[in-house]
Amino acid sequence: MITAGCDIGSLTAKAVILKDGKILSSPVIKRKQHPDEAALEVIGLALDQAGMYMNDIDYCVGTGYGCDFIPFANGTESEISCHGKGAVWQRPSARMVIDIGGQDAKAIKVGEDGSVRRYIYNDKCASGTGRFLEIIAEALDTRLEDMGDLALSSTNNLTLSNQCVVFAETEIISLVNEGKEIADILNALHNAVANRIVSLARSIEPEEEIVMTGGVAKNPGMFSALGKALGMDLVKMKSPQINGALGAALFAMEQVLVS
Amino acid sequence: MMFVAGCDIGSLTSKAVILKDNKIAGSCVITSKPKPWESANAVMDSALRDSGLSMDDIDYCVGTGYGRDKIPFINEAVSEIACHGKGARWLLPSARTVIDIGGQDCKAMKMDENGKVNKFITNDKCASGTGRFLEVMSRVLDISLDELGTISSRAESPITLASTCTVWAQADVIRHLNNKVPVEDIAAGINTAMASRMAILVNSVGMESDVCMTGGVAKNNGVLSALEQLLGIRIKRIRRADPQVTGALGAALFALEKNKGGSE
Repeated sequence: MITAGCDIGSLTAKAVILKDGKILSSPVIKRKQHPDEAALEVIGLALDQAGMYMNDIDYCVGTGYGCDFIPFANGTESEISCHGKGAVWQRPSARMVIDIGGQDAKAIKVGEDGSVRRYIYNDKCASGTGRFLEIIAEALDTRLEDMGDLALSSTNNLTLSNQCVVFAETEIISLVNEGKEIADILNALHNAVANRIVSLARSIEPEEEIVMTGGVAKNPGMFSALGKALGMDLVKMKSPQINGALGAALFAMEQVLVS
Repeated sequence: MMFVAGCDIGSLTSKAVILKDNKIAGSCVITSKPKPWESANAVMDSALRDSGLSMDDIDYCVGTGYGRDKIPFINEAVSEIACHGKGARWLLPSARTVIDIGGQDCKAMKMDENGKVNKFITNDKCASGTGRFLEVMSRVLDISLDELGTISSRAESPITLASTCTVWAQADVIRHLNNKVPVEDIAAGINTAMASRMAILVNSVGMESDVCMTGGVAKNNGVLSALEQLLGIRIKRIRRADPQVTGALGAALFALEKNKGGSE
């Protein structure tokens, strides 16, 4: 049985091809102008890497904010369900998933079978989402990929007094002008994002083990800041960014088994 | 004859008002400088020049605004809320509810019949609903803040902004621009979004007539009429002086009281 999952996010598109419970390919690409373009490109890449054609796929499930625009999807599933499903498949002892996306953040409590027990998410305020990191990366002319490591090299404690991204951006620029170290500023930024997410997670009572999914999980600064803010150990996952697409592919597998 | 001054150091602009007895002798608004004391000196200098006075002529000076504790020449500092209430009441004696939009905050306050502020609420946590929101949007639209307030009256089918957050709303606006939506329609949507955030504050202090608006945004007719529609009332326009100097005016009025009290 071969199934596919396709996760069209606001910043990246991901696809996973599963064959009998094994990941054959899992490419990640940057967003395109239209979600359908991104979907076609990422699935094309996934098929290439797996050495397959579209008609080899028995069932494909789409997820993410652009899931309704995936031309080849047989069905769709919510991001929350996909992240829960994928996380428990990757890490069976996971009971809570924290997913930081480009435009939202979610905390999801899951059962042993990967089903969602409780969840909460924020997509109303950019603070506490990946967009906060992105905007500051632009403002400081730093690469998004380098920010986490830079933050970890901080030696002086610094705290941002603003929560709002718009106000924090101004605050950060004045900190730079005051001659504060970029590493210290970035550390303060990561802590600010982490604090926002932890206050979200706290409202549904965090339970161990906690895993982090989404592209931001690859950022070591965020990983460490989040663990500190939670006061609990976070578990590293092998493939955090494709977790949603993986969950979708697992749902596709269930669909095939049912029919 | 007595001269007193009020100095309001805000995050974006600094204001000074000089009163000769109970009349405005001079006033000035400048863009705030990096250091609050630099803003204070600069705005005070201009206001003194405007009234043909020098610092020695000023009998008493009250400071307000976020930088009030850093003003070198004041005799006393008074909170922004108190100053805005005081100033608004002078500008519009019938005012009971005052909405003040600053560069980085938004306040709604309610006063009793004597002008004493008995309830107020402030948002300074989120850029949405503050002057900053309009500033960000005017930059995206590449028009001035003044234009943003005037062109919305020509809107034919105003857009609705889906997001409250300034960051997300900015992305919405860019999308509308890319879809060739007329700027007037976008501007109208922005003003309505701004007004609806303000309406939340007004409703939570409990609105009482007359309602007036102070701060620089009070000069934005688009926001004013959107807010009137949302609240279902008429907002009294301030004509006696520039609504942007209300806080500094209130500070000067406190200085006047203080000085009178002291000389009696």
